[in-house]
Amino acid sequence: MKKKISRRSFVKKGLGAMALASLPLGLVEISWGKNNPQNFTFAYISDSHLTHIKGTEFVRNFDKGLKKAVMECNFMSPRPDFVVYGGDLAQLGKREELEHGLEIMSALRHPVKWVIGEHDFYLDLGKFWEDKISKTTYSFDHKGVHFVVLNSILTYDSWMKKWKTPQERMSNMARLDNPNGSPFMVGERQIKWLKKDLANVSKDTPIVVMSHSPLYKIFKPWNFWTDDAEKVQAVLSPFKKVTVLHGHVHQILYNQIGNITFEAMMSTAWPWPYPVSYTQKPNQVPKLTVFMNRADPFHERDATGWSILNLENGRVTNHYKLWENKDRVLRYDEKLGAPVDTLYQDPAKRIPPQEHY
Amino acid sequence: MKKEVFLGIIVFIAVVLNCNNGRADEFTKKDLKKWHKEFMTVVKEGERLFHSALGKNKVSCDMCHPNAANTHPETYPKFQKQIGKVVALRDMINWCIQNPLEGEPLKLDDPKMIALEAYITYERRGKPLSPGRH
Ligand SMILES: [Fe+2]
Ligand SMILES: [Fe+2]
Repeated sequence: MKKKISRRSFVKKGLGAMALASLPLGLVEISWGKNNPQNFTFAYISDSHLTHIKGTEFVRNFDKGLKKAVMECNFMSPRPDFVVYGGDLAQLGKREELEHGLEIMSALRHPVKWVIGEHDFYLDLGKFWEDKISKTTYSFDHKGVHFVVLNSILTYDSWMKKWKTPQERMSNMARLDNPNGSPFMVGERQIKWLKKDLANVSKDTPIVVMSHSPLYKIFKPWNFWTDDAEKVQAVLSPFKKVTVLHGHVHQILYNQIGNITFEAMMSTAWPWPYPVSYTQKPNQVPKLTVFMNRADPFHERDATGWSILNLENGRVTNHYKLWENKDRVLRYDEKLGAPVDTLYQDPAKRIPPQEHY
Repeated sequence: MKKEVFLGIIVFIAVVLNCNNGRADEFTKKDLKKWHKEFMTVVKEGERLFHSALGKNKVSCDMCHPNAANTHPETYPKFQKQIGKVVALRDMINWCIQNPLEGEPLKLDDPKMIALEAYITYERRGKPLSPGRH
């Protein structure tokens, strides 16, 4: 810990000296701003998919994943400032599942920020969530960083009207590879809200956006996709440091588009394959990502986990806590202007299980 | 004895003639269409099974394998380190039914097993065979 602090202050000093040497003073002030962000840590748990069987019975495997993440968060030292839940707490949006999830999450000793996922939404259209858990669109400031939470899993009205019952709507959205699915979107109303929310935020304030689906386009057939992503990106583009954290994809995935860094969170329940391993349809999986190890089904918790995120000078360092694998760390590389894996980014350093086909 | 052999030959010829309404290499576009339809019916059934709870806990195959991705049917038979020997795809299907799905294994010639295999391999069509690959 002591070592870290001294390294950080060294980096700060170094950068400060460099900036002073090469930039007129006025610019230096702008680049550090008055919101000079402090360094801090938060945790991210996502995609637990708690599944109700009957009565008080739930799928044991998925319960175990969430309980393990909660327990480990509680043991974190230093304590994270807060924990984010990234969506898909439930499997079929059932009251039983959401209540069960709340009960497990109540063991956390930290404040929780909630992001809604499609599995939490499409049964009752977010009613239970908004009544008992959280708003779905909101923002907050923490130690000089502006956080924004979006409900990115909305979809077209025409699709919503297709189904006879809420259960039918839910189960059709729950099936990832459903040819009768519908793409996610943020929607005009939230985009308008976002513009307004960011209107009074200075352009040098680091922004962290948290959504369930990735706010860029990877693979439409599995909804690794937000249909109006470009519109959201356009609103974020004037800001200097923007990070989008998302769930839904159940895998290590990261990308850089313009000024925006995108990083995915692991699921506590199960991993999804990379779209590159479905060969019938083209994909846009980011070339930057070094894949997670292919999951070994014989290890129940393989390729699942959670994340510890350090905010350092407004950039995110993402420590993937992987239960059956060596942890992975993503750090923003200032020179490259993109996040990189601190160990495996160099193709020569990769290992055979990271090849997905 | 001789008579029996003679009778046997007669019966054999009769059976062969009877089955062979057309020669093996004579099939029409109509036949092809029909056989493909038969096959796709089984694929469809496999897709349905793959997306339904085959065990006791409501978990289904597609939850880890959308479009049957990451099942790698083209690599079987292969050495499965956790089982300790070379196994076929159907052995892994049964392993998944018994473990993540908490169910009873299917008989290896169960029509459900054939349907699951048909769906899984159909989703992987066009990939070259690479038995033994990891
Ligand atoms: Fe999910
Ligand atoms: Fe999701």
